[in-house]
Amino acid sequence: MVFTTNANLKKPLAFLVTLSVLASAACAGNQTTTGGGTQSADPAATTAPASNLSGSVLIDGSSTVFPISEAMAEEFQKKHPNVKVTVGVSGTGGGFKKFCAGETDITGASRPIKPSEVELCKKNNIEYVELPVAFDGLSVVINPKNEFAKCLKVEELKKMWEPAAQGKIKSWNQIRPDFPNQPLVLYGAGTDSGTYDYFTSAIVGGEGKSRGDFTASEDDNVLVQGVATDVNSLGFFGYAYYVENKDKLGLVAIDNGNGCVEPSPQTIQDGTYQPLSRPEFVYVKKASLDKPEVKAMAEFYVDPANAKLVDEVGYVSLPASITPKVKARIEQRKIGSVFEGRGSTVGVKLEDLL
Amino acid sequence: MTSPNQVLQGDSCQPNAYKFSPALPSRYKTDGIFKALAWAAVVISLTVLVVLLADVANDGISRINWNFLTSFPSRRPAESGLLSALVGTIWVMALVALFSFPIGVGAGIFLEEFIADSFFENIVEVNIANLAAVPSIIYGLLGLQVFVRWLFPITGGRTILSGALTLTLLILPIIIIATRESLRAVPSSLRQAGFALGATRWQVVREIIFPQALPGILTGVILALSRAIGETAPLITIGALTFIAFLPPLSLQGLRTTFSVLPIQVFNWVSRPQAEFHLLAAGGIIVLMVMLLLMNGIAIYLRNRFQQNR
Repeated sequence: MVFTTNANLKKPLAFLVTLSVLASAACAGNQTTTGGGTQSADPAATTAPASNLSGSVLIDGSSTVFPISEAMAEEFQKKHPNVKVTVGVSGTGGGFKKFCAGETDITGASRPIKPSEVELCKKNNIEYVELPVAFDGLSVVINPKNEFAKCLKVEELKKMWEPAAQGKIKSWNQIRPDFPNQPLVLYGAGTDSGTYDYFTSAIVGGEGKSRGDFTASEDDNVLVQGVATDVNSLGFFGYAYYVENKDKLGLVAIDNGNGCVEPSPQTIQDGTYQPLSRPEFVYVKKASLDKPEVKAMAEFYVDPANAKLVDEVGYVSLPASITPKVKARIEQRKIGSVFEGRGSTVGVKLEDLL
Repeated sequence: MTSPNQVLQGDSCQPNAYKFSPALPSRYKTDGIFKALAWAAVVISLTVLVVLLADVANDGISRINWNFLTSFPSRRPAESGLLSALVGTIWVMALVALFSFPIGVGAGIFLEEFIADSFFENIVEVNIANLAAVPSIIYGLLGLQVFVRWLFPITGGRTILSGALTLTLLILPIIIIATRESLRAVPSSLRQAGFALGATRWQVVREIIFPQALPGILTGVILALSRAIGETAPLITIGALTFIAFLPPLSLQGLRTTFSVLPIQVFNWVSRPQAEFHLLAAGGIIVLMVMLLLMNGIAIYLRNRFQQNR
């Protein structure tokens, strides 16, 4: 009797029941919508201001390419408000996994597609068009107080970074006899990143081959902090991170046999900054190019009018001589990679390959 | 004179009262030392928190304005906002609360009140305690396979629903354990009194035990939700996005929309080269903390209401 008359005690129960009912309603309602297909197409879009494109474009991939994709997506959506563009960050490798499973329309990559990824795409019948969208110059940096290592030869960098250097190359004078006898402290990109793949491939001569006793971080800002606070340090990361921290870092010019060349928008674009100037790519699924919104997005990436977006987010845009060739690749649906699935390829002029 | 042996001898032949009085100053001293240690612990933890908060507030407070809360992310730091991430977090957390409360509390009540001390209960208890310690990324991988791939027809893939279900799994063990602890804290004399009056087990739980335990249960739930709101790893695994410039529709279809959440947006901004983005990240952290405080506030309000109703 007591149990059924005390109204106060029932409130918590009512609260619980309400929650449960709501939850089950949400689940049940959800099941009824399963036949609805993709949520992308919005039939209620009656207003078509500047464009009549609608639908969705799914972009994923490299964190290096992300700022470019973000800028492109932002401007694209201003032009085509009914197209829903989303950009994720799964890394170059993670992006290809999703892309080759057919989950995304476009994937960003900070290196060309690898043989294993080519195989994966082939297995799932995913054909793709490779589009270079920008250049980045991997910048080798030192502490601004370091006055002696303003220019380094590629062999000297190799001596520092190759697997055999582990535990042996510990001071600067082992690199060049006239350098002071100071400890050498190395900072570099994390081993999962496309940046690390490219650097090791360009300097040591094999993707993923390097000594293990250096400070690695996936977050380039950590590397900036490390190099900025340690007089004896040397590190590498994307050019944009150097530009934003110019006052805290010293830049190393690279001597590839033709004299010292510092990375700058000019030397990166015209390919004289070698071997650390690298193209950034997006790969577009061929089947998705039949959708007008994806084709428009792909063309948007390589439109010379949008080159300023690339510069704005800290990368170097493609020279005007290349863009028509890249555009033609979309028109012709030219599938496959100009790098023939070799992964990071160093020192090639993009213009020749296209 | 004062060698240990002598003290020991004296001890053994003196009456009990003598044993206590001489030690008084040293016991007060121990008391004082312990008090100081406890204070030091409080001061250290609070200092760390205050320094962190002050640093974040110093960086981010200038970035907090209406525009920041109502804009989509942008390549230009000055125009960038976190609307899509904020709305994504609200959607996900509301769903997580909706799913985890009834399931977690229900499971806790069942284990503690209905099958307590059985062999089955012991096995489940050990497993739940283990699950509470599993790294969150594992739940992300589980969610990827189960909710994103197998249950694709229901969840629609990498969607808000998949994210919410994954986080629900993540915090269920915490809620179940908290529920059981709260139920255990209710004196068993109350249960026996209920049974003595002829109530069934269900009536005892519903009318006596559960209302008594509810404040403690709510505290546990809010702690669990606070963990879920800051989780990034499992959501990255199941495919939460980074740039998204539209909001999920306010309908059931919204459950099947792709999404972003605040921690992912903050993580992205922190890793950008431009210092302006780092300030945005600090602003994002402040927004996340305010949301957390709001959630805690609601929970404390509910708890106080239920306590008064008792």
